[in-house]
Amino acid sequence: MTISKEAVWEMLNSIPDPEVPAISIVELGVVRDVKVEGSSVIVDMTPTYTGCPAMKMMEDQVKAKLMLEGLDVKVNVVFKPAWTTDWMSDATKEKLRAYGIAPPDKLSFENLHPFAKSDKGPLKCPFCRSEDTALTSQFGSTACKALYFCNECRQPFEHFKCH
Amino acid sequence: MILNDALKEYCLRIADNSSILAHRLSEWSGHGPILEEDIAMSNMALDLIGQARGFYSYAATLEGKGRTEDDLAFRRDAREFVNRNLVEQPDHKDFGTAMLRSFLYSCLSYLQFRALMNSKDETISGLSAKAIKEVTYHVRHCGDWVVRLGDGTEESHRRINNSLEELWMYTAELFEQNEVDALLVKEGIAVDLTTLKQDWLNLVDEIFTQAKLTKPAEGGYQSSGGINGMHTEHLGYILAEMQFLPRAYPDAIW
Repeated sequence: MTISKEAVWEMLNSIPDPEVPAISIVELGVVRDVKVEGSSVIVDMTPTYTGCPAMKMMEDQVKAKLMLEGLDVKVNVVFKPAWTTDWMSDATKEKLRAYGIAPPDKLSFENLHPFAKSDKGPLKCPFCRSEDTALTSQFGSTACKALYFCNECRQPFEHFKCH
Repeated sequence: MILNDALKEYCLRIADNSSILAHRLSEWSGHGPILEEDIAMSNMALDLIGQARGFYSYAATLEGKGRTEDDLAFRRDAREFVNRNLVEQPDHKDFGTAMLRSFLYSCLSYLQFRALMNSKDETISGLSAKAIKEVTYHVRHCGDWVVRLGDGTEESHRRINNSLEELWMYTAELFEQNEVDALLVKEGIAVDLTTLKQDWLNLVDEIFTQAKLTKPAEGGYQSSGGINGMHTEHLGYILAEMQFLPRAYPDAIW
């Protein structure tokens, strides 16, 4: 069978991120390119963090999804350009917030210098929108998230780090 | 020495440093002083394993003899490892020592990846552009703890100061280079580490000042030779544990 590139993108967009199922792997930005030739499809993917343990699962999910459609699939892992949270659209970030994860801001100098002071305002609680929040730890349940606590609604929450 | 061999050696060095430090950090999984730190140390270990995988895979490709990233990590002996001796040092289950060890190494790693983002080798520049974002967090996180412990209680200050006395003798070695560097620097692939020394000192001094720590006097003993396969006794013990499973069960897959 043959298939259009757009149809492949659409199928990939129905695969949820294994660790943050509120968004798809396409919305996350790890699918970089799709090439179609007849019934063979080559998908370029890039990991979020070099050691992201979900990468293998995402690759397998892509293969399984497309193979079920009778397509011949190859997944290429690419490292350049490096994945960044700037590739997420505003709509995707809103989905994260609604899911209870404070979305990443735009990448800034702070992210590339260990001791630079933040030029951003306080992080808003995804539940009550209060700005009275505090960092608990730079590292959370997955490589891409940090732990915060809201002093207003007394809820711990996660922040998808700018990366 | 031909360029391809030098490049492979250079990648092995980055991969060995990441992999051995990752092993040291992973020893804390389930033993962190608080839950958040347990998670943080495991996260940092995971980042380092990811970086090691990237560079081991590239080294295996450059070698072209059919070996894989796993062969390079699990089927080489201590004398073949080219990591800096700092990363293999034990922390004796002292949290401050673990944080300081990672801090001292990550400052160099951060500066090195920052420079390597402009490497003429595409794979190295690509991997570095990813790794630097991860390492930036490591420097920040470990630096925070060095400050908290150094400028904390009398006891915490005394202990991290002891850690500093213990680890400082492995810092000059971070900047050692050999013919591999000479060749790759000329080609615009590697960075001359002597050009990073002052920046490294600036990062370290910035944190030490806040932590009220004083660097040990110059002229003391300094370790040497990691990049030429000369290691302290500790590396053998790490490898014995790290490599046990793939050596005992060569067909095991995971």
